[in-house]
Amino acid sequence: MTTKFTPDHEYIRVEGATGIVGITPYAQDALGDIVFVELPSVGKVLKKGDEAAVVESVKAASEIYAPVSGTVTEVNDALTGNPGLINSDPENEGWIYKIAIADAGEIDSLLDDAAYAELTQ
Amino acid sequence: MAQSTAETLKTTPLVERHIAAGGRMVPFGGYNLPVQYPTGIMTEHKWTRDYAGLFDVSHMGPSFLVLNNPSGDAEADHAAIAAIIEPLICGDIAGLKPGQIRYTLLLNETGGALDDLMVGRSPLFGGALYIVVNAGTKDGDFARIAAAAGDKAKLTRADGDNALLALQGPEAVNVMAHIAPGAVDLGFMQYAPFEWGGEKLIIARSGYTGEDGFEILVSAGNATKLWDALLADDRVKPIGLGARDSLRLEAGLPLYGHDLNETISPIEAGLGFAVSKRRREAADFPGANRILAEREGGLSRVRVGLIVEGAPAREGAEILDASGAAIGVVTSGGFAPSLGKAIALGFVPPSHAANGTPLQVSVRGRSQSAQVVETPFVPHRYFRKPKAS
Repeated sequence: MTTKFTPDHEYIRVEGATGIVGITPYAQDALGDIVFVELPSVGKVLKKGDEAAVVESVKAASEIYAPVSGTVTEVNDALTGNPGLINSDPENEGWIYKIAIADAGEIDSLLDDAAYAELTQ
Repeated sequence: MAQSTAETLKTTPLVERHIAAGGRMVPFGGYNLPVQYPTGIMTEHKWTRDYAGLFDVSHMGPSFLVLNNPSGDAEADHAAIAAIIEPLICGDIAGLKPGQIRYTLLLNETGGALDDLMVGRSPLFGGALYIVVNAGTKDGDFARIAAAAGDKAKLTRADGDNALLALQGPEAVNVMAHIAPGAVDLGFMQYAPFEWGGEKLIIARSGYTGEDGFEILVSAGNATKLWDALLADDRVKPIGLGARDSLRLEAGLPLYGHDLNETISPIEAGLGFAVSKRRREAADFPGANRILAEREGGLSRVRVGLIVEGAPAREGAEILDASGAAIGVVTSGGFAPSLGKAIALGFVPPSHAANGTPLQVSVRGRSQSAQVVETPFVPHRYFRKPKAS
């Protein structure tokens, strides 16, 4: 199990052919209280860099981009009633969607722990 | 790049306090100010509704307009100073009692709002007004007022040398009782000078949250001392600009540059109350023709409050009628922490402005249900003194 990051502060936790996508603790802290999450539809085909979801804080809306290409297989419906899960537990209960990874090679181009840590220093 | 921007920003006397408290500093109105502290906008917002929030609003434009050669007859001097400011605005200043403040609008010749502002009559002297204008418009406003004053009166800016603090919320009055006990006797929209540890404070019972509270002008040199003294009370927490915006939005109060601008009249903005009766009858304010015609129903758009289903509709979102035709635009919108739902202010034709009218808003290309509701979204809780008999 690997977790990779984008420079836009999404993470993708790779479990076999599936990736679990959310935003990093750094990102949730920067956005502040999340009050609404617009989830993608299951079955949606995304290219790397496509807008996949939107999270809204009290102040502003922020797009969440697809870290890799693939098809949305599941979304975190718990966020509809409790968008604050992204703040309280961004890496576990606050996951946003799962994606069937189309091209495993794209994972390698993402940031690893050390590179992401350096970016957010 | 962010650093070079920061260098050109002005700071308030409290900047070090904001940074020490973990404030997230952002540029606003040319100033470096905290948008939030570590607890976040939601917590700050709710704290203000439940207890008392302390805001640094030193970016705003407090000033004094004082007659150059007062006669010594307080009523005649007040009439003279009122006659200088009234041609610029739609409020009745001549009719103010000593210490009374009025919310009014600075208008252009076509009746559009150049700013919204507070004008107070000195509680002590004839021929002196306390005027507080918005940060983004203050230079233009002050130039306009100074030009109107000519050699009859002098406008003295009180920004820069002073800090302006706002203490807002149901506990504000109990906190203020320990700082300036006399201030708790002020009614809503009254002000007076008070002494605090040898220092003069000018305290107004006013604010921008819909709650009871005070706005305090203090010298720059004593600003941190007052800030610290207020925060020493457990009921008080510092509140950033983010919650200031969500609080005023829930209170249905317009934000200049968003819900008000130089094309929008007071009637369109739902601020007809700010066009004083005496001024209406005399029709002696800028844009009176348009404003009086609009008051009689000649309106093409009017500001409404909307409850929005789903994602917040932000400024610029289109408002659609029930059939999907575009009829207006959102001028302020966001999430209302006290209500747990999205709310917005926007402009629509009067035909679609009745409370309960079902509308839609377009957010990221998708239509969402919205409904016209009465503002304020959250009832005001101002402190109104019983009328003296």
